[in-house]
Amino acid sequence: MSSSTTDTTVQPESFAFTAENLAKAQAVIAKYPQGRQRSAVMPLLDIAQRQEGWVSLAAMNYVAEMLDLAPIKVYEVATFYTMFQLKPVGKYHLQVCTNLPCMLRGSEEIVETCRKELGVGLGQTTADGLFTLSEVECLGACVNAPVMWIGDDYYEDLDVESAKQIILALKRGETPKPGSQTGRQGSCPVGGPTTLTSLQSSLPGGDA
Amino acid sequence: MLRDQDRIFTNLYGIHDWRLKGARARGDWSGTKEIMAKGRDWIIEEMKASGLRGRGGAGFPTGLKWSFMPKEVGVRPHYLVVNADEGEPGTCKDRDIMRYDPHKLVEGCLLASFAMGAHASYIYIRGEFIREAENLQAAIDEAYAAGLIGKNACGSGWDFDLYIHRGGGAYVCGEETALIQSLEGKKGQPRLKPPFPAGVGLYGCPTTVNNVESIACAPTILRRGGTWFAGIGRPKNSGTKVFCISGHVERPCNVEEEMGIPLKELIEKHAGGVRGGWSNLLGIIPGGSSVPVLTKEVCDTVLMDFDSLREVRSGLGTAAVIVMDKSTDIVRAIARLAKFYKHESCGQCTPCREGTGWMWRVMERMVTGNATIDEIDMLEDVTRQVEGHTICALGDAAAWPIQGLIRSFRPELERRIREARANARAA
Repeated sequence: MSSSTTDTTVQPESFAFTAENLAKAQAVIAKYPQGRQRSAVMPLLDIAQRQEGWVSLAAMNYVAEMLDLAPIKVYEVATFYTMFQLKPVGKYHLQVCTNLPCMLRGSEEIVETCRKELGVGLGQTTADGLFTLSEVECLGACVNAPVMWIGDDYYEDLDVESAKQIILALKRGETPKPGSQTGRQGSCPVGGPTTLTSLQSSLPGGDA
Repeated sequence: MLRDQDRIFTNLYGIHDWRLKGARARGDWSGTKEIMAKGRDWIIEEMKASGLRGRGGAGFPTGLKWSFMPKEVGVRPHYLVVNADEGEPGTCKDRDIMRYDPHKLVEGCLLASFAMGAHASYIYIRGEFIREAENLQAAIDEAYAAGLIGKNACGSGWDFDLYIHRGGGAYVCGEETALIQSLEGKKGQPRLKPPFPAGVGLYGCPTTVNNVESIACAPTILRRGGTWFAGIGRPKNSGTKVFCISGHVERPCNVEEEMGIPLKELIEKHAGGVRGGWSNLLGIIPGGSSVPVLTKEVCDTVLMDFDSLREVRSGLGTAAVIVMDKSTDIVRAIARLAKFYKHESCGQCTPCREGTGWMWRVMERMVTGNATIDEIDMLEDVTRQVEGHTICALGDAAAWPIQGLIRSFRPELERRIREARANARAA
């Protein structure tokens, strides 16, 4: 976690939630019964990660104190769950799914495209600190494979060209449109639904 | 084919408004108070009559599970926990329910909680589903604002609170006891059962953990009657099911169909068929990464339900259909799954912690044929030593795909080994 001999991560001296995040944290803690505030440890680490960009030792200690937990109880959670970044990552963290359903639809080419466009390998961050490239396990969007997760969004139905365009857009400081890159609606088959067609006109709530 | 009017998830693709107004137009939240007025026992009996089996993979009868909760609420409160930690490779159905039909889940949480005497419920959603959690939270907020949940939910006199809890990216948390640990703020490590969660669950209180789809089905079942649902599909394998069809098909998609639909019909009717035609099919994993792969011969005729797939030594699992055509390197495909299970093992039980790594390393050698023929048997033997010897089913899940590979594609494994040996001799 903190200081193995090979770990060069520079840990900040201290950490504190911003006023806004403190209010969020208190709202989260209130979701759990009295005396069960430990349940809030993951949500609080998530808030810390959104504030800092990663989860530092100081942030973990801060969360431990806030929840009245021994620091080790927070460390073991932060190290168990893969979503918590214990080292700084790039502003854009490209997490490409390479599990089987994505692999069958070409995720290896997507990883290769990202490598080439960014000039870094898996688990590495570009020199300018903008991009980190990672491989992740199944993201749960398999019928829209291959899939890449950036920030709070999935980018789906990727191919080499669309993956490249996403990276170029990010480099230009733009936010590429998330979701299917081929423009299909959700998990509907390309070319239109094979079911629910008789209901479309009869649903008054439909906005399509 | 299932008629549209018998489909539950009428906004599966998000074509319509997912918010309360649109949900009400699709029939959600209609007569909820009247259903509750019929009482807890009526609800549980109706769920039993429907024959609904859990949609998270194990296929345990949902109504029966609900009936395991203590009849009277004692000093310990009861909880419903919804498993939305969808992470079984190939599976992406709960995602669509939460982002496009969230009110079905919210209403289901109220009805299920009421039936089990729970005044509070937590939905444990995988951390990566950020947008899905946003939609779901918006639906919960709408339901509170409309008086559908909260104090005196739907005017029923029952108080009910519903919360979302986001996970942190650990597949093992889909196992119910690991999920409870995680919800309590601990590492997601499964624990032995018994005691079962219905006795000792969240915070040591009686708890039922159900999959998103199981809970989201409940309001429609209760409105239309258990016999309606039981009349779809086959005996003991009743109802509708959201199938996720991924991999080498022309048009990958999710689709709600009748249980027991022939696998071939499912793929040809909704996913545009196998890439290059049915004759180009190599094999299919019919129920998410954990279940053994089927050969084309089996796929030709097999029906998609719990018992039919069990008969061919595989399983319906989450009904995530991963299709592989003849261009697939089947050994690499299964090796990739072996890597996944190695990554996701929580490390608690030795057979799984050590076994998943060992199986993956051997599988990597099988990919290149850098092995001996008798190592195939040794690999098979090791899968048997992992299977059934761990606290949770992750060990089984790691073992089954490899067993399926050896059972169905042993000649391919042997061919590679012989070829690698011949190449080595020639060099």
